[in-house]
Amino acid sequence: MNVKELISLIDGKLLNPSADLTREVKGGCGADLMSDVLASIQPEAVLLTGLCNPQVVRTAQMADVAAIILVRGKMPARETLDLAEEERIALVTSPFGMFELCGRLHEAGLPSLERPVNCPTCDCD
Amino acid sequence: MSAVSETHSKPMTDQDAENITRTEELAYELKVEQVMTKVLKSVSPDQTMLEALESFRDGRISGAPVVADGRLIGLISMEDLIRCLRNSDLKASVSQYMTQNPQTIRSTDPVVEALKLFTSKRFGRFPVVDDKGELVGIITKGDLTRGILTALQHDYHEEEVRRYRASHLFEDIVSDRTSLIMRYNIKKGDFIHGGAASSKIKRALLRLGATPQIARRTGIAVYEAEMNLIIHTTNGGVIRAEIEPHQISINVYDDGPGIEDVDLAMRPGYSTADDDVRELGFGAGMGLVNIQRCVDSMRLESIINKGTNLKMKIFLPKEETMGEGFSQNKES
Repeated sequence: MNVKELISLIDGKLLNPSADLTREVKGGCGADLMSDVLASIQPEAVLLTGLCNPQVVRTAQMADVAAIILVRGKMPARETLDLAEEERIALVTSPFGMFELCGRLHEAGLPSLERPVNCPTCDCD
Repeated sequence: MSAVSETHSKPMTDQDAENITRTEELAYELKVEQVMTKVLKSVSPDQTMLEALESFRDGRISGAPVVADGRLIGLISMEDLIRCLRNSDLKASVSQYMTQNPQTIRSTDPVVEALKLFTSKRFGRFPVVDDKGELVGIITKGDLTRGILTALQHDYHEEEVRRYRASHLFEDIVSDRTSLIMRYNIKKGDFIHGGAASSKIKRALLRLGATPQIARRTGIAVYEAEMNLIIHTTNGGVIRAEIEPHQISINVYDDGPGIEDVDLAMRPGYSTADDDVRELGFGAGMGLVNIQRCVDSMRLESIINKGTNLKMKIFLPKEETMGEGFSQNKES
């Protein structure tokens, strides 16, 4: 699915107009610890998080994340919004909690793009 | 241009989609003053419609602002002229046929505001005023289209040139061993800009022709190291990235406080970060572990009260070396 379809699935609200809504989302990853995200996430995933600071966008940029969803209707700090706008990564807020969101997306066919701990079969990518 | 006309007959390609999104973006980036026609001609309300007609013909324009005592009071267009001609009333004054107190738009507004006006109101042009309310230009739908197309063409060209130049850097400069060194000073506690240096390094690698995978691995490793400088150092530190066609060497160093037990610091989950840092999503004790996973070689040296030096290397396989030997299109 693409970012636009993703947004409608979660009653989401897009916060930065520069985002590319046609970008393909291949799966998901949910975490509040950015190191966990950097350690586990595979490219082209949607990142679900409760964290609202600019590091979320930086992490997303480094890890080739397709879109960021802020859970429980959270609104990001101005700096976070500006950075997302600059980097053109979709920043979306959704009224639902983390568990509900993971459930909805999984049900809609998005697989997990979280690499298990000590996965022997893959290297960094 | 061809991409636009082709969308009617063919399914949309990724390139088309990209162009459209870029157009939307430009609607927010471009300002009205960048696309408007600067006012050269205006008419006064007591001129006759015949004079207005001649003024339109001479200036090859289809509308003009009506100005009295230096103040914008109306707008006269070709449509008003036609109305007047049908009445055989060319001797009438401009004030009788003009649109009074026309809706204006500010020169500093983004182009998207003009787009909204054109959609909601059925006028063909709007006078443009500056912050003091003084008339500075006029904007038509044609100005909008022309402005956006020019900008599109311009920045498409710019990025192409940048990438071309960067990817040929290593071929254009001949030596026995050429490398590009980039240095970034990182401030202690600067969480707002945390990751800015890593982001620039990642972008540089992509421009130089690295594969997305190599750029991603390097980006993640440097980002973790950059956050370590921001979180743990006494005075911040330096990131030094040396790029060669076949390898990337990154050196991250600071002048204290140093790590007491390097082996312990390397253990997954071990962290000395306080709660503030954890609230920011870091300090889970995974940074060095992540770095190790992303790079091909890593060495961490630290002396208490003197500083820490982290050296990492990523080797590029022969078919993925940067520069001309590598074609970016293969991967992306």
